[in-house]
Amino acid sequence: MVSALLPLRLTGAAVHRRGKRLIGPIDLMLEGQGLTAVIGPNGAGKSTLLKALHGLERLSEGRIAWACTRADALRRQAFVFQAPVMLRRSVVDNLAFPLRLTGMHRTVARVAAEEWCARIGLAGMEGRAATVLSGGEKQKLALARALITAPELLFLDEPSASLDGRATREIEALLSFAAEAGTRIVMATHDMGQARRLARDAVFLRGGMVHEQGAAPAFFDAPTTDAARAFLAGDIVE
Amino acid sequence: MNDLWDGLVRAVWLIASFDADLYEIAWRSLRVTGAALVIACAIALPLAAFLAVQRFRWRRGTIAVLNALMGLPPVVVGLIVYVLLSRSGPLGVLGLLFTPTAMIVAQVVIIVPLIASIAHQSLRDLWAEYHDLLISMNASRTQRIAALLLDGRRALLTAALAGFGRGIGEVGAIMIVGGNIDHATRVMTTAIALETGKGNFALALALGFILIALAVAINLAIHALSRTETGGRW
Repeated sequence: MVSALLPLRLTGAAVHRRGKRLIGPIDLMLEGQGLTAVIGPNGAGKSTLLKALHGLERLSEGRIAWACTRADALRRQAFVFQAPVMLRRSVVDNLAFPLRLTGMHRTVARVAAEEWCARIGLAGMEGRAATVLSGGEKQKLALARALITAPELLFLDEPSASLDGRATREIEALLSFAAEAGTRIVMATHDMGQARRLARDAVFLRGGMVHEQGAAPAFFDAPTTDAARAFLAGDIVE
Repeated sequence: MNDLWDGLVRAVWLIASFDADLYEIAWRSLRVTGAALVIACAIALPLAAFLAVQRFRWRRGTIAVLNALMGLPPVVVGLIVYVLLSRSGPLGVLGLLFTPTAMIVAQVVIIVPLIASIAHQSLRDLWAEYHDLLISMNASRTQRIAALLLDGRRALLTAALAGFGRGIGEVGAIMIVGGNIDHATRVMTTAIALETGKGNFALALALGFILIALAVAINLAIHALSRTETGGRW
């Protein structure tokens, strides 16, 4: 029996860079199921918070505590970047890459990769160079590559920024599917419609701090702070 | 002008008549530089990738030294290898001086910094692109290096070809450690130097043209085999 990954507890966490405080201090607890939307204006620290949770950004203060060991936790989570990073390889090799890193045999990894390729609608493009895909295809590929190892926790940094409606819908379908399969998802987004559609709870960041957080849909319908109300109403909040 | 023309005619004649000496030294040139290139790549490419992914105290210093060593004077390298391999030197017991092996050793020393520097430049850019993803995927250091070497292979090919170019045209070091001994360590460049010294310009020029043609042909062949300028951008 493997120990659980969650709850994840962030205590007094802050990230500084070049003497400037990017986020913090933040106290946050992640547990349960579903999707948490991280929302807030530009520069509020959404990406930094996600990267700090994922371990890509070193905490300057505070601590992060998993329910299991840190090494174990790093292995059981994945991250999808705002600008999808494509390995200079074919589509199928991109998908197989995380499996190959875990030591899976080439042919086994390839079979799984081809399965995912079909699932994200890229069947027939297995041998195509990943770098020449369209923006939507790249993001789908990045998402599938993150999901292929069946992570228990998935971070997404604005997965459908600059995508059109159809690509966004496909991404959201993949996310809903993953969430139902038990993957805990934390997603930064600018798209309030998307946050409403997918989120089970929301964290509203402002100035690097958690300004308000709550369960959906109550948070979206009746936020308690003025800033969150203004932000959700579409006003400009800084 | 006459010398150039004579040289060209002589070159064609040498090739067409299957001149045994010519084919022997051309083949030796290729073998020595080819072996040096394989060994140098085995050292320089992983080193370049390591310097790209790993942060350590003397990293900047190491890169600066590698860049500086690109301009290493072959004659000096030859001299140092000579001293090391000579009878009274520390490696004298191996009896390698004036053998093709000694020439390979000297060329490895000359081209490793060149290949490592050029490879590092491109792998550093690739690493900037891959950094977050590979860290996020929890790739080990060896896996990071392997991914860079595999996905940066086209740029690495350019680095290797630059190393080949420097090696095949190099004369100072192999002259000293090889000794330009006929049927033993004579290669294209040392033969050219010898014939020039004898005032045999037509033959020297002929060998020169053949050397250039050889270098160009090898480059084209490798580009064709790896399809560098066709298909995908990487």
